[in-house]
Amino acid sequence: MTAEPNAVTREGQPEHRPGEQALTGQPPAAQAGRAGGRRKGGRKGGRRDEHVMVPDATFTSYYGRPILKASPWEKDIPAYLFMGGLAAGSSLLAAGGDLTGRPALRRTGRLGAITGLSLSMVALVHDLGRPARFINMLRVAKPTSPMSVGTWILTAYGPFAGLAAASELRGLLPRALRCGLPGALLQLAGRPAGIVAAGIAPAVAGYTAVLLSDTATPTWHDAHGHLPFVFVGSASAAAGGLAMLAAPVAQTGPARRLALGGAVLELVVERQMERAMGITAEPLHQGTAGRLMRASKLLTAAGAAGTALLAGRSRPGAALAGAALLLGSVCTRFGVFEAGQASAKDPRYVVVPQRERLAARAAAGS
Amino acid sequence: MTALDGLPPEGHSLYGPLADPAHDAGWVQDPQPRKGFFTDTSVCIGCKACEVACKEWNAVPDDGMNFLGSSYDNSGALGASTWRHVKFIEQPKSLGRQDAGMAGTPAGPAASDVLNRTSESALLGDLTTLGTTNEVALAPPVDLGMPSTVLPGQQDGAQRTDFRWLMESDVCKHCTHAACLDVCPTGALFRTEFGTVVVQDDVCNGCGYCVPACPFGVIDRRIGEKGVTKNEGVAQKCTLCYDRIGDGLEPACAKACPTKSIQYGDVDELRERAQKRVDALHASGVHDARLYGENMHDGVGGLGAFFLLLDEPEVYGLPPDPVVTTKDLPAMWKRAGLAAVGMLAGAVVVFASGSRG
Repeated sequence: MTAEPNAVTREGQPEHRPGEQALTGQPPAAQAGRAGGRRKGGRKGGRRDEHVMVPDATFTSYYGRPILKASPWEKDIPAYLFMGGLAAGSSLLAAGGDLTGRPALRRTGRLGAITGLSLSMVALVHDLGRPARFINMLRVAKPTSPMSVGTWILTAYGPFAGLAAASELRGLLPRALRCGLPGALLQLAGRPAGIVAAGIAPAVAGYTAVLLSDTATPTWHDAHGHLPFVFVGSASAAAGGLAMLAAPVAQTGPARRLALGGAVLELVVERQMERAMGITAEPLHQGTAGRLMRASKLLTAAGAAGTALLAGRSRPGAALAGAALLLGSVCTRFGVFEAGQASAKDPRYVVVPQRERLAARAAAGS
Repeated sequence: MTALDGLPPEGHSLYGPLADPAHDAGWVQDPQPRKGFFTDTSVCIGCKACEVACKEWNAVPDDGMNFLGSSYDNSGALGASTWRHVKFIEQPKSLGRQDAGMAGTPAGPAASDVLNRTSESALLGDLTTLGTTNEVALAPPVDLGMPSTVLPGQQDGAQRTDFRWLMESDVCKHCTHAACLDVCPTGALFRTEFGTVVVQDDVCNGCGYCVPACPFGVIDRRIGEKGVTKNEGVAQKCTLCYDRIGDGLEPACAKACPTKSIQYGDVDELRERAQKRVDALHASGVHDARLYGENMHDGVGGLGAFFLLLDEPEVYGLPPDPVVTTKDLPAMWKRAGLAAVGMLAGAVVVFASGSRG
């Protein structure tokens, strides 16, 4: 059962059968484009990428067409990933600020959380093919569906984050309500609600990694061991960044430490992730995704440096570092999202790893 | 259940061999045999009767009038409005001991080269919705050259290569472990009593999660005009004609297939038939013949709709070693749980550590 090697290499067919490339495999245009991209990546060097060392793989495809479908999701989803993470980290800072007597940190956190959450929900519903049927998410609870699990996590988290924010905003109520029972109840409910929200918040930040990884999309799936850590790191950096941007330096010590820890975690684990992934890490370095990931690393590293060196002393320094961290987190989420989309559209990231897997299995004799 | 007699009755719900996926999904009373397709591509003649019959029976809307320039394949890929898709592959090799009858005819570059390049630009853009929009028509026009009186390739005196034309009618695989079904957050996708996987279009809210989850790129969200196109915004794919097989009819595509390339029946019986067919092909010199998806020890626990192919799966645009993504889900949840606990611990530490400020 030996198939004749009618595969088409990335460099093109060594033989002179002009028809063959287009007929059975990767069309010439795609080969040239990709090989060109590779050379460019190598030349842009100085940066020594281990991926450049991966030997060019031969693979066959059906007219170069994708094997997988990329997700139909648009910008809503990476925006949601960011907003959800921001909300989660903010809830943690809010509860901590509340318990340790840092009112400005508490306020920023609670309002950041409810803003992030509200925008997430809008993005999530907007992204549905049938937004009016959003409620169908609540007819089942399925542990095999990260989206179902996420819906229930948000359903649990939302009311408490909302209550904590409402307690923060009770000053806006008309005087009659503020001084009456509703105002008193809100004041009373603020702290426990905030603590419950903070308890659920890490799940909000962490599950989104599983949401992406539990797909056949090569780059997302292969990242599954590391992506949750990248995402909680990114969420912590973003929430810390927001607090540094919006609250006075005197109260943001914990936010700075959370931001710094998150940024370092994100940068370190992201690097480990790319090394562990092999060929499917390539999309993280190419095209739009590559630009976003480079921006993310630069902004996160700069934000972390600013947090460590400046943010404790100057408010503008803190604000600047905070803004860099927020933007870095945005870029991480959009970068990972775009890399996955790109990996699903290129049959190379399906065929090559699966062929390697088959070859390894054959070599192991099973 | 002949082939599966040695297995534990329940198996594992997320991966590996499973005696009866319908039973695993909760159909314990009145068990039905698992139904599926065996698509024998060695006898496919590329007539596309299956595509047409499927559209007619299931009232699947128009998927665009496109000219893709990829042999006779103008429907592009499986999708929300293409539930059967006939693929055409032209190869410079012989099919078994057959003579293509081309010896002595002029040789040279295929006239379709330039067309292939055009379709390439249309197909590798951001078009994940291939076959569901008319965007392909927006590809820029390409110069086909001046008409000439010389036959293509006549001038270079080259030898004719061998030639074979592979055709395959692709369809939803109705996996034993279906990732689309696993990840569906509304329960719109469900396992039928026949072990097949079907979308309830009145439940699906179009979240799109099943689309990237499918390891074969089958299911997609239907694009169309709101309120006009049937099931616009909803995930759609082959139902194995759930409405027909429940009444003892065979699915529309199998019914329409004039060469019995598409065979419908009990999966166990189809597997035996497929093995006999592949043995017969090997005996008659078609050594390329192999089965795809019949092995229940593969990454998706075997396919309910499996194939006899004449080349590597990727030549047909099929993944060589598909694995259901939810196989790794327990590991993913563990890692995410660890990360979440770490985040909570980190938050406690940052407030507990350091001086005030």
